[in-house]
Amino acid sequence: MTVMSYIEAINRAMKEEMRRDDDVFLLGEDVGKRGGVFRASEGLYEEFGQTRVIDTPLAESAIVGVGIGASMYGMKPIAEIQFVDFILPAVNQIVSEAAKMRYRSNNDWSCPITIRAPYGGGVHGALYHSQSLEALFASQPGLKIVMPSSPKDALGLLKAAIRDPDPVLYLEHKKAYRLLKEEIPDEEVVIEIGKANTVREGADLTVITYGLCVEFSKKAAEKLAAQGHTVELLDLRTVYPLDEQAIIEAAKKTGKVLLITEDNKEGSIISEVSAIIGEHCLFDLDAPIFRLAAPNVPAMPYAPPLEKAFMVSEDKVYEKMLEVAQY
Amino acid sequence: MSEKNQALTNQQLLDMFYYMLLARRSDERMWLLNRSGKIPFVVSCQGQEAMQVASSFALVKGTDYTAPYYRDVGVVLTMGMTVKELFLQAFAKAEDPNSGGRQMPGHFGHRKLNMLSGSSPVTTQVPHAVGMALALKMKQQPAISFVTLGEGSSNQGDFHEGLNFASVHDLPVIVMVENNQYAISCGIEQQVNCAKISDRALGYGIHGETVDGNDPVAVYTAVKQARERALNGEGPSLIEAVGYRLTPHSSDDNDLTYRTKEEVDEAKEKDGLITFRQQLKKQGILTDELEASYEAKIKTLIDEATTYADEAPYADEATLFDGVYHQ
Repeated sequence: MTVMSYIEAINRAMKEEMRRDDDVFLLGEDVGKRGGVFRASEGLYEEFGQTRVIDTPLAESAIVGVGIGASMYGMKPIAEIQFVDFILPAVNQIVSEAAKMRYRSNNDWSCPITIRAPYGGGVHGALYHSQSLEALFASQPGLKIVMPSSPKDALGLLKAAIRDPDPVLYLEHKKAYRLLKEEIPDEEVVIEIGKANTVREGADLTVITYGLCVEFSKKAAEKLAAQGHTVELLDLRTVYPLDEQAIIEAAKKTGKVLLITEDNKEGSIISEVSAIIGEHCLFDLDAPIFRLAAPNVPAMPYAPPLEKAFMVSEDKVYEKMLEVAQY
Repeated sequence: MSEKNQALTNQQLLDMFYYMLLARRSDERMWLLNRSGKIPFVVSCQGQEAMQVASSFALVKGTDYTAPYYRDVGVVLTMGMTVKELFLQAFAKAEDPNSGGRQMPGHFGHRKLNMLSGSSPVTTQVPHAVGMALALKMKQQPAISFVTLGEGSSNQGDFHEGLNFASVHDLPVIVMVENNQYAISCGIEQQVNCAKISDRALGYGIHGETVDGNDPVAVYTAVKQARERALNGEGPSLIEAVGYRLTPHSSDDNDLTYRTKEEVDEAKEKDGLITFRQQLKKQGILTDELEASYEAKIKTLIDEATTYADEAPYADEATLFDGVYHQ
């Protein structure tokens, strides 16, 4: 076992997969000599050289589109978008091309590409370095979206994403990079895409969330236990396509559901989770479905009080949990 | 016919003529089928056969990769798609190797022929061809990738991003703009304000060249030389082949709402198929008997393909869910 931060786990996943498979390569802005602006690819350029760790021109559609072309040859590219806020010029390539390649060619062609992008707030990143944009991509069959909540998950899900025969959007929380550390086995860790994870078992309310909000929920659940309420905590891990079975089982288990996302509330991932629960669990519920999310303002402001007011936090999660538990 | 004949034998010239004629007659049949209510849509190659067939003749089948755009009947036939396969896609039948009838006609893709699958949003194929070239370079393959698009599409960001990326990394890719003077209803003067599309090559630091798209030998020579440069590590080339779109944009368009019959009639006199035939006859390479035998052979092929495709089954409803993800 080795203690690793979330970003060290990402680095380890890329290193291990590049050592395992010569077809894996990384391309993006500043990923080479600099090792990434967050240092996610530190040491890769030195170990694998400039042909497999490629500093690209500053153009997101090309980073993804060139990656798609290489993946059609059979390569396994990891395309890094420096911040998810800058992924929008590549949406056509992701949605019209990568997500539809297998389907439109009737299984003739495929795109085994992994697109990594840091997301999330609480880092003084303001409107364009703090967003959660997963919902934009979460209605595109053909694409998978994973959002790890811990260093171990960051490692196992990235390795699974790189090996996946289909395009995977891997969203990593930039506040989690150095905030989260844990012991990880030194042996290989690969975590199946498409399966949610029960982080904590409980009987009084069910919390379903993903990403950094899992960490907030873990801590809040511990505090709530002291009040005599136990929490069933489900980490979605893969936010598209959703693990419907796990969501239904978790909701039915306690009959009270709190859904949490750092994204704006309307049209978010948890909106779909809510619809699944509404469709399947109506007669098992003892309370309305509660949602805790960012407000419906365009994005996270820079000034600290405004950023704090926007961002989901451990305190906000605790208060909402208590409200649902006491309903 | 250009004097820059890169040692083409008489047989090669005849083969080029045959494929140009095959593309034209296939296209004409599709219009008949459309106007008689048999197939809902046609997007045409007429007027561009010379540039399409000649460029493809400069490539190596089974080695090079192509990313054709929706008018490229001449490219796909030359690269090995059968007439039967072409008509299966026109009829959207299950056996169509391009998409199994999922895509509209003209959306080519055929993995066995190294032909990348294309979509409808224009120019997305340029970064794919660049990515394919990147993979070929990484794997040290003696092959290139070849991508086509219209002159209107050269305004898209993916054109710029792809060519710039290819240039920075000296990738073995040939980008050929099939300038047919029209982006649906908008003439070239509404699309660009430079004298030639190939002028844009200067900004990318790559070889750029404009050729008469009605002159198959000139197109062949330009692409052949571009291929040699690409294999020598001299990077990408931008070739503009200038021709004319002899048909409306598609079977749903009426071109006489934005251009005159006189203009089209004038262009028909310069039609590469006609002028190349005249040239070959003048040189005694093509005889009336040989031409008649080509016409007869082509008619039989197209008749058989039409009947086969018409009678072939559509994909079963149960296949709707196939190929969303790897199964």
